[in-house]
Amino acid sequence: MHETSSFSLQALVPLIIFFPVAGLLINVVAGKKIGDPWAGIIASLASGSSFVIAALQFVGLTQNGFHPATIHVADWIVIGELNIPWAFQVDTLSVTMMLLVTGVGTLIHIYAIGYMKGDPRFHRFFIYLNLFIASMLILVGGNNYLMLFVGWEGVGLCSYLLIGFWYDKGAGGVGNARAGRKAFVVNRVGDFGFALAMFLIFWTTGSLTFDKVFAYFEEHGGETQHAVAPEAGIGKLLSPAQQDEEPHGESAGPTIVTIATAITLLLLVGATGKSAQIPLFVWLPDAMAGPTPVSALIHAATMVTAGIYMIVRSNVIFNLAPASQMTVAIIGASTAFLAGTIAVAQFDIKRVLAYSTISQLGFMIAAAGMGAYVAAMFHLLTHAFFKALLFLSSGSVIHGMEHGHHALAHDAEAHGGGGHDDHGGNGHNAHADESHGSAHATAHEEEHTFDPQDMRNMGGLRARMPTTFWVYFIGAVALAGVFPLAGFWSKDEILADAWKIGVTDGEWHGLVVYGLLTVAAFFTAFYMGRQVLMVFFGGERTEAAKHAHESPAVMTVPLIILAVLSVIGGAMNLPGLHWLGQWIEHTIEAHPLDFNFVVAGLSTVIALVAIGLSYLVYGQRPMTTMLDPLERLGRAFTFLNGKWYVDELYHAIIIQPFEDIGRFLAYAVDWELWHDIFHDNIIAGGFRWIANFTAWSVDKGVVDSFFDGLASLVRDWADIFRRFQTGYVRNYALAVLFGAVVVLGVFLLAR
Amino acid sequence: MSKVILSSLQLVIASGFMTLELIIFLALAVIAVAAAIAMLASSNAIYSALFLVLNFAVVSVFYLILNAPFIAMVQVTVYAGAIMVLFIFVIMLLGAERLRRPDSRLAWQQPLAIGLGLALLGVAVFGLLSRGGVAASPQPLNPEVALTFGSPREIGRQLFTGYLFPFEVTSILLLVAMVGAIVLTKDEKKRPTLKSQTSKK
Amino acid sequence: MVPTSYYIILSVVLFTIGVAGVLVRRNAIIIFMSVELMLNSANLAFVAFARSFQPASGAINSAAMAGQTFVFFVMAVAAAEVAVGLALIVAIFRTKHSIDVDEVHQLKG
Repeated sequence: MHETSSFSLQALVPLIIFFPVAGLLINVVAGKKIGDPWAGIIASLASGSSFVIAALQFVGLTQNGFHPATIHVADWIVIGELNIPWAFQVDTLSVTMMLLVTGVGTLIHIYAIGYMKGDPRFHRFFIYLNLFIASMLILVGGNNYLMLFVGWEGVGLCSYLLIGFWYDKGAGGVGNARAGRKAFVVNRVGDFGFALAMFLIFWTTGSLTFDKVFAYFEEHGGETQHAVAPEAGIGKLLSPAQQDEEPHGESAGPTIVTIATAITLLLLVGATGKSAQIPLFVWLPDAMAGPTPVSALIHAATMVTAGIYMIVRSNVIFNLAPASQMTVAIIGASTAFLAGTIAVAQFDIKRVLAYSTISQLGFMIAAAGMGAYVAAMFHLLTHAFFKALLFLSSGSVIHGMEHGHHALAHDAEAHGGGGHDDHGGNGHNAHADESHGSAHATAHEEEHTFDPQDMRNMGGLRARMPTTFWVYFIGAVALAGVFPLAGFWSKDEILADAWKIGVTDGEWHGLVVYGLLTVAAFFTAFYMGRQVLMVFFGGERTEAAKHAHESPAVMTVPLIILAVLSVIGGAMNLPGLHWLGQWIEHTIEAHPLDFNFVVAGLSTVIALVAIGLSYLVYGQRPMTTMLDPLERLGRAFTFLNGKWYVDELYHAIIIQPFEDIGRFLAYAVDWELWHDIFHDNIIAGGFRWIANFTAWSVDKGVVDSFFDGLASLVRDWADIFRRFQTGYVRNYALAVLFGAVVVLGVFLLAR
Repeated sequence: MSKVILSSLQLVIASGFMTLELIIFLALAVIAVAAAIAMLASSNAIYSALFLVLNFAVVSVFYLILNAPFIAMVQVTVYAGAIMVLFIFVIMLLGAERLRRPDSRLAWQQPLAIGLGLALLGVAVFGLLSRGGVAASPQPLNPEVALTFGSPREIGRQLFTGYLFPFEVTSILLLVAMVGAIVLTKDEKKRPTLKSQTSKK
Repeated sequence: MVPTSYYIILSVVLFTIGVAGVLVRRNAIIIFMSVELMLNSANLAFVAFARSFQPASGAINSAAMAGQTFVFFVMAVAAAEVAVGLALIVAIFRTKHSIDVDEVHQLKG
């Protein structure tokens, strides 16, 4: 709303969408022709250009005193008072997200050039990536909920497309496609909640623009005793004159708190879908079916944080609904805990990271729920760095393993296959969920296909892939929350907030959240230690691991950059300085906390203990067989390995009944009742009967016989009358005479 | 013999039962009907034609009696003279005095035709008489009227005043008949075709 | 004078004989002559009526004269008819070599 100079850098913000759209269009038109590296380079340039624009926005905001600006591009929906434009909101929050999306996105683009090398759908991958960048920027850049929703759906679409990028692979040849579908369907549940929330916001405030919505809630926030008079009703849309006829609070209805609670709970539903929280987190592990850069970009760093961004953006509404905030915090913490435990017992390198991502997203959600929006954003940023790093590094590991395997493939195919027979039983156990749509690339034909993602196949890669090892190590330590890396600061801030609410303020849910998050942090450190030890230390457990080699520079350079960011990322919001807090404070309220030495010390101790424990289990006596030492825990391990059987639970309580109902409707109702009985018997049979009746009885019997009779009547009469046509003129003359006599008789005698 | 007839006639006239006029009429009528029947009955077409000429001649006498001298003359010259000559000419040209084949196919029609003819006669006569005939017998015309009525002058006046248009149409009719007769009797083979006409040009 | 009815009756008789000739005879020329006889009988009736409508003294009754004028037209038509009819008979004779009207019955049903 506020522009300071005739030319402001904010006016450039539409270009941030333009570049990726242009990139994807170029690749759509020419991508196949220009081929392997060039499509990726164009896409990377597009993404990089967007990053430049985002950086210029940063500069622009700094110059004009952090005043938010709205850049109106075009009108979109104008119906009565409803006016939804294509407009960009340039404030510190959105610019933070833009920088993250474009920055990390560009690095991942560059990485993907190396990772996707040789893929037959190389250019398509970059089309999707650019489309994702564009959608994500619409999501974070829009100045209204509808644009946010458009971006929300756009990234959902890209997610679907990229999870199923290798749609012909996976279990039974459809596993990846199923994973994409699962993500899409689960996300629809969340989107449904989000859409309802939007409707409610519009109903209440009469607008979807952030400024107006938040202004409404800030204005009416105090009127907790009054009923809300909705700003937008159908009547209001049709006749604006009726506006303000009824003063607020006169009519009975929900109060502002009730409304805010409803809206925020519905928004939370949306967030649980997109950000993979309980109960909708099940899609994210399967989403690892996508190429690893996708996992890094979409399913770790950016898209899954959209839910957190949305909650942070809607902080004004959430602040009015303490019940919702509590729910958000508990759900986030529970998710953090649940996913953390599951991650401990997974064998797939990406799956561990996926559950880790869910867990860390839980941290952010919990932070947002506790009103610690800056902490949430802080963790969002640092997590983006180190989780993207970890995913990309794991991609590098997988890349290396695959190449190692391929190197063997020619001369030692039987050997590789034989090496797999040892753990066939375990593998089956480990992937108990494969039958319903797991992303695991090779579950179905375990005996015949080498799984380059199974950590049990790895080991000792430290020597073969030193760069990857070091960046992976940095990422793991950062995630584990070891001082002084990025994860330590951001996670500690969340824990400090929980501590403040639970211990200082004495709220019970603060304690619960703190407890759950601390345990989750313990598990985080443990499973990261386990992963690093299993992958990089000890001896090589397969031939492929022995032949693995380092990835090319195009992949390792982005990794190094991300590693650096993971190390220094914590500096963004160091206690006492709170740069990020001050930056974001221009947009949302922030409550900087003093550094809590108790919490920090406690979490550092917990992290170190967990890492030590993992070293005891995995480091001291490195695994030599395919057997995980943790499997000695028996049922507990199986339970965790089975991911708490959430998928099975959903399958039993949702999918199975759904399929049963569907089958019932399809076969019993639709096919047998509707088609067989109604269509075939009643409609078709009735029609046939009527047709028969009309054809034989009516047409043949009545119509035809009428005309046949008419024809034969004519013929019979003609047979008779034709005899009069003798051809003898004198006969005719006789007839004429006869007529003359009759006429004359009538004239002369009849009177 | 003739004396006997004459005397008997005188007797009849004197008795007032019949006038001389009536006697002449009846005599002529008998001749006319007889001639007509003879025409109908004679098997030779030439005889038929001649009997018809006789009939026409008798009828022309009736015309004279009925104060129609012009019509009577036309009857004799055109009908008896021209038309009947044409008939006889054609009969002789074709050599069709008699038909070669005996009549067999429509023999059944003869009694029927005669019966119907009698019925026509009966109906007409009965219808006429049952109404008391046509007026009374007309009176003899005065001399000056008799000179004018039916004279060629009066007929001509009629034709060129009240009946000018039909008269002119009649001339066209005769022209068409003449052309038609020529076309019909012309030899087919020698008739020039449209094609030969155009090809000559 | 002889009553007009007598002429009319004579006319009817002659007409009937003509009709009978048309119906009974097969010779086309005789049929034709019968037609002429019928026309002639009609002419007789015309003239008789014309005479009956003319008063004995006074002006000429043009309505009465119309009867004689019509006879003139009938004669003209008869002349035309004979010309065409005889031509037709000649044409038929050329193809059929006969003037028997019963030979010409191609148009039977």
